[in-house]
Formats: sequence, C-alpha cells, structure tokens
Amino acid sequence: MRPTDRKYLKSHEWSKTEAGIATIGITDWAVSHLSDLVFLDLPAAGTKVKAGQPFGEIESVKAVSELYSPVTGEIVESNADLTDALDTLGTDPWKAGWMIKVRVQTESPDLMDAKTYEKHLESEG
Amino acid sequence: MKQTVLESVHVALGARMVPFGGWAMPVQYTSILDEARAVRERAGLFDLGHMGRVSVTGRDAEAFLQRLQTNNPAAIPPGKIRYAMILDENGLTQDDILVYREPQTHGFFVVVNAGNTERDLGIMRSVARGFRDLRIDDLTGELAMIAIQGPAAERIARGVTDIDLLGIKYYSWARGRVLGVPGSMSRTGYTGEDGFEMYVPSEVAIPLWNRLMELGEHAGLVPCGLGSRDILRLEAGMPLYGHEIDETTTPLDAGLEFGVKFDHDFVGRAALERVRAAGGPPRKLVGMVTESRRVPRQGYDVVHDGRVVGRVCSGGASPTLGKNIATAYVPRELAEPGTNLGFAIKDKIEPATVTALPFYKRAR
Repeated sequence: MRPTDRKYLKSHEWSKTEAGIATIGITDWAVSHLSDLVFLDLPAAGTKVKAGQPFGEIESVKAVSELYSPVTGEIVESNADLTDALDTLGTDPWKAGWMIKVRVQTESPDLMDAKTYEKHLESEG
Repeated sequence: MKQTVLESVHVALGARMVPFGGWAMPVQYTSILDEARAVRERAGLFDLGHMGRVSVTGRDAEAFLQRLQTNNPAAIPPGKIRYAMILDENGLTQDDILVYREPQTHGFFVVVNAGNTERDLGIMRSVARGFRDLRIDDLTGELAMIAIQGPAAERIARGVTDIDLLGIKYYSWARGRVLGVPGSMSRTGYTGEDGFEMYVPSEVAIPLWNRLMELGEHAGLVPCGLGSRDILRLEAGMPLYGHEIDETTTPLDAGLEFGVKFDHDFVGRAALERVRAAGGPPRKLVGMVTESRRVPRQGYDVVHDGRVVGRVCSGGASPTLGKNIATAYVPRELAEPGTNLGFAIKDKIEPATVTALPFYKRAR
C-alpha cells in the first residue's frame, strides 16, 4: 500500500496538502516504469500551475514524459536539488523526491485516495 | 500481435513487452543501461524470434540473389555471411539483410527485419518469376533465433554445441548440433561485441535459453531487451531500418557502400550509378555527440547557424561513452567531424558536435 496521507492522479503524480500548501511528486510506480532517468525540468517558484496540465518534464532513456499538476495554484518552492540527483526518485519518491510545493487554489477533481490508486495500478498491469 | 516461442520465458522474467515490427518483444527486463553495460563487460542474451528467416535454395539461388540484393552472392565463400540491402528501381532501401552462404550445399539463408518480412517475401516472389530452379522458404515460424553477445559469449556458448566456435571467424557460420539437435551458429550480432546468433528448431528455444542462462550465471550473463540492443547498435554505428535507413534513403546516403557490389546486376544499381556519376549524394549520415543531458530523439530538428539542416534518425543515452549520442542526415558540407550542430527540443537548442561513426569500436 502506498502512503495514505496523500492523493494520487492516474498519471502517477501524488499530492499532499498541509496548511494550504500541496507538496507534489511522482509515485514509485512511475519511477520504476520510466526507469533509467536522465533529466528533470521543474518550473521555478512563482510559476502558476493548473490542475490536469503539465508543469514539467521528466526524461528517461526511453522517452520524455510530461508531469501533470494535481492542483491549481502558484509554485512557492521547487526542488532544485532533485534535478541533479535523480537517483533520489528511486530511493525516496515520497519524501526527499518531492518536486514542487504549490499554494493551492483548487485541487483536481480526479485525485484518488491510495486505495483507489492501487486499484488503478492493477488495471494498468 | 505475434509472439515468439520464448514469450512465457520473458513474462516469467518480468520483462516489459512492447510491440515491434508486429511482434510482442521484451524492451527491458531490468534497466536498459544495465543490460547494455552487461553486454559490453560480460554477456547478454537476446530473443530475436521476430527477425525474418528465409532459406533460398535451388540451382538458380545465386542468380536470384544477384538480382534481389546489393552484395554479390557469387563472391561469398561457403560458410560466410555478407551485409546487403534490397533496393527498389530508384535505389531506395526496402530492407537491410544478412546473406548467409550455406557451408556445405549451394543454398543461402537470408535474415531480414521483422517489420519488413512480408514485404521482402513479396519482393522475393516477384523477382523469383524469372528463375526456374528456385525455392524460397519462410522459416521464421519453425526456427527460433537467439543471440548471445559480449566478451564472455563464446565461453558460454561452447557449452551448448558441438560446433567448433573457435573455427568460426567474424561473419562466418556453421551447422552442427545445438543442444543435441541440428542447428546453426554465426559469429554475428547487432551490438558491436563478439558473439553468436543461433538458429534452432522452435521446440528447442526454451531449453536452449535456460541452458545458456545456467551456463552463463557465473560469467554474469543477463537477458537483454530491445532497449539495450538499440543503444548498443547505435554505439556501434549500425543502422536500424526505420531510423537511419528507409524507403527514402540510398546506401550511398547512409555510408553503406561496403554492402553494395557494382559487379552484378541488382535492382536499383542503375539509380545508384546515376547518383555516383552526379558526384555523390548531397547529404551524409553523421554521428553527433552532445554534452547535454537531453537525449536527442528520432524526428528532432538538427540545426546549424539557426537554420534547420536535418533531422535526428536515432538517439540515445550511451552508457559506454557516458554521453548522449545520435545519428542524423546533414548536408555534405556539415558532415566533417568537429562541426558544431544543435538539436531542437521544443523551443530550446541543445549543442552537439559531429563525430566519426562508429561511436564505439571494440578492441580486438
């Protein structure tokens, strides 16, 4: 079971909101399926993001993938260290592997709890 | 989607399967980069059941192949293998193939690309009309094809065959017993390493795979998917149909003249001679190396001085060079090693430098 203290998108981003700030990252499933990560592009603080829209890019040996925002709001902090330490996503996608923190206006209606996300993973195989 | 006879083995190994040339094939078992490194340093095992395998026999086999493809089969000694292409009348590439001359009989064995097999068979049947004593048999369904590649390949493969592998030089082959049944092995591959491609009856494929994995355990043999195969062949400067070569390229553009012999009358020869007479093709296939962390990928624009001058054919993260590499067609005047180019990702230009192909050549 994945952490139950946060919500998930079908596109494998997680979002954990505390005191109006959402911390956002990608799940272990996403990291393992991307495999062999080579590049991560995150927007700087001050950038506005929109729920369901791309906020950044992650590139693996195989392909470039968009990162989708689980919330609408403004980025207050971006994990600049992560772009030079992509291994962190493999070892700790839930904490040290966070990508952006967003002051939340609204959350995506498509966010799922951990249990529903697990079911979604089963259907993806 | 077609499945190779090793499908259940891949599933049991946890492979990620992808469609390729009409077949469900493993793209990776663990990490593409780890699998590629294993082949450079130790050994890797590949299911190549998707490749088309065709036997060409009969008294007219040699004359038929002279017409069909670019190499000269009359000049291939028994037991030797040559790289060649099938062209159309305009000299454009329909496929690239390996032509095996039988060691003992007068026949040939041709290995073609998965995605082109049906078209190749169609071309073969049409070229065959002019010949009487000729048999073309598609053996893809009844033969399995497994490759073992890497410095430890020979040592491991010795354990499954009575064929004298030391006696098989690069681009040679022999028939013999493999796991006790009639099969054949060639010292060929698509990785730039030493190694063998093995052809056995389909029913032996799973036992052969398992036996090789067992024998190779101590040497660090790992199963390898198409992902590692792609970066290994790119490092070794070997073209992939649909990337470096296709229906829009000639062997002269692609720098594949070594596979073309102008001493026989093959389909497309006149067109190639016209290109040569006009001073050669206006563009050239080059290698590019970049210090960027972005991976150049097929279809990205290649730029020079703010102008689009070409397009990326293949690109990848090279574990051997520790850099990202690519191939592209560029105008001849930009093909000199050291020329500064760039590749475009969305609105950004990442710098790259022309470099001589291949990117990697193993020490022999």
